Amino acid sequence: MLFGVLQFPGSCDEVDALAAARRVGDAELIWHRDRDLGGADAIVVPGGFSYGDYLRAGAIARFSPAMESVIDFARDGGLVLGICNGFQVLCEAHLLPGALLPNANLRFTFRQVELLVVESDTAFTGACAGGERLSIPAKHSWGRYYAPEQTLAAMDAARQVVLRYAPGENFNGSLRDIAGVRNEAGNVFGLMPHPEHAVDELIGGSSDGLRIFESMRLAVEGARA
Amino acid sequence: MLIRPKAGILDPQGVAVQRALPALGFEGVENVHVGRLVELDVEDAAQLQPMCEKLLANPLVEDYEVELLGGDGGA
Repeated sequence: MLFGVLQFPGSCDEVDALAAARRVGDAELIWHRDRDLGGADAIVVPGGFSYGDYLRAGAIARFSPAMESVIDFARDGGLVLGICNGFQVLCEAHLLPGALLPNANLRFTFRQVELLVVESDTAFTGACAGGERLSIPAKHSWGRYYAPEQTLAAMDAARQVVLRYAPGENFNGSLRDIAGVRNEAGNVFGLMPHPEHAVDELIGGSSDGLRIFESMRLAVEGARA
Repeated sequence: MLIRPKAGILDPQGVAVQRALPALGFEGVENVHVGRLVELDVEDAAQLQPMCEKLLANPLVEDYEVELLGGDGGA
């Protein structure tokens, strides 16, 4: 199981993503100018401030050569995880519905958040139980999930909302407490909080984030078997 | 190109500015929205709309207007 972790100028969480992925499999970095995804079984688009986040978060990264390959990879059914800025990039690339807007309070916020696993029968949460709570950190200023009402209704019907902020935890003003969504096909997933920063109880007291990576490994190996 | 948040979507920048103005003695201010202005020189003005659709605006959450300033760019 090989994870490919993208690296843009301005990424800052790619090393933690690499370390998290290496706890469940192999992982290699992919530079933003590379079109070759190196035979990766799954892609992680990491957090940070790709290309300085100029214009809008993720808007320019979406057109990088590596992302063009990731878009093809996703269309062919490959697993793609976007974390924070990576989630913004996947929305800008139209691989996921909706958009991330500035936090309602206009503040950069860094805190531990409690998330509810709404859908556990997915390629990204298969190692979790339905209704389970995950405790992982969030740190962003552009994390307010938005989609038009009609899209939100369609997403609910198609069970595309995978994670919600637990009651009282929606600090950024996301519609319907949405913290993580998948595409209709179920192979692309994005979330604002950072599972890669919660993989060892020694740091931060929670290893709940590891379950996202473990779920991806199970999905890839299950598909092979 | 003038790019602004779509009506009906919470615009926290606009809200913050609206709250700040009365503190400076400017009364009766409502409906403040903050957008952005992109100025550029381009040979083919037909490219402007696709530029907005593809990169400069996010049509899901933003409206845009294109204004042409003539041959010398109006600079």
